[in-house]
Amino acid sequence: MARVVVDVMPKPEILDVQGQAVTRALGRIGVAGVAEVRQGKHFELDVDDSVDDETLHRIAGELLANPVIEDWVVRRTSETVQP
Amino acid sequence: MRIGVITFPGTLDDVDAIRAVRYAGAEPVALWHGDHDLAGVDAVVVPGGFSYGDYLRAGAIASLAPIMTEVKAAAAGGMPVLGICNGFQILCEAGLLPGALVRNAGLHFLCRDQRLRVESTDTAWTGAATAGQEIVVPLKSGEGRFVADAETVARLEGEGRVVFRYLGGNPNGALADIAGVASADGRVVGLMPHPEHAIDPLTGPSDDGLVLFTSVLGAAVGS
Repeated sequence: MARVVVDVMPKPEILDVQGQAVTRALGRIGVAGVAEVRQGKHFELDVDDSVDDETLHRIAGELLANPVIEDWVVRRTSETVQP
Repeated sequence: MRIGVITFPGTLDDVDAIRAVRYAGAEPVALWHGDHDLAGVDAVVVPGGFSYGDYLRAGAIASLAPIMTEVKAAAAGGMPVLGICNGFQILCEAGLLPGALVRNAGLHFLCRDQRLRVESTDTAWTGAATAGQEIVVPLKSGEGRFVADAETVARLEGEGRVVFRYLGGNPNGALADIAGVASADGRVVGLMPHPEHAIDPLTGPSDDGLVLFTSVLGAAVGS
């Protein structure tokens, strides 16, 4: 089994209100200098060798992300996972 | 006329939707998310709630439920489908309506009586309303902000597919104050506020919501 990472982020033109709330909270813990935070989702999938890249992009585009509002990146890691 | 109301795990407003269907003079038919069968209904309501806990994104898992395969096929054949709140989110996730619903601009869950303007009476669910009619129905949602790319919004506006617009201030930051939209053929309609909670002044702010359910009586399948 190999580990695949899918990162899903709101598209740049989508107002990320959750990220904005985090940005504002940084001031409350005494941190200055962070201009912007954007909040997304990180998925880790353990897949066997039969799952090809096309299938991974289908998983990301049809389920993990909503292409109307989100972009995604699929990345195979070098990590192997014991089934 | 038989109108199906789908229940997913986490649906909250199916009972009120069934009651609204009955008030309008139609026969409500309870449908289950795991079914592959629409039980011969003439129209479908996808009610509000938190289907499958709204895990992943609001409506995303429900849009892939077995019964949604049947709903998509029926909608393609012209069956009227109404999505309310979580149902609107489900129809957008299923690709039956354009755009998406994201977190309210103010981050707060909103619960209030909301004024709306009926912008289009050229749909299966607003045919009995008058154009420009103002209605008051409850709004209760945390992810009700309608978004779409500029091209999609321009197309919706140009084709008269913005069905409901917020009045008296935009509650959630929705683009162009959009509260509800329709499919290109006007058979599928989705909106964030809850007409099914406003069908009797005894239990709601008005009976303004009933007009959606009476409208569909005059919009038979395939007409």
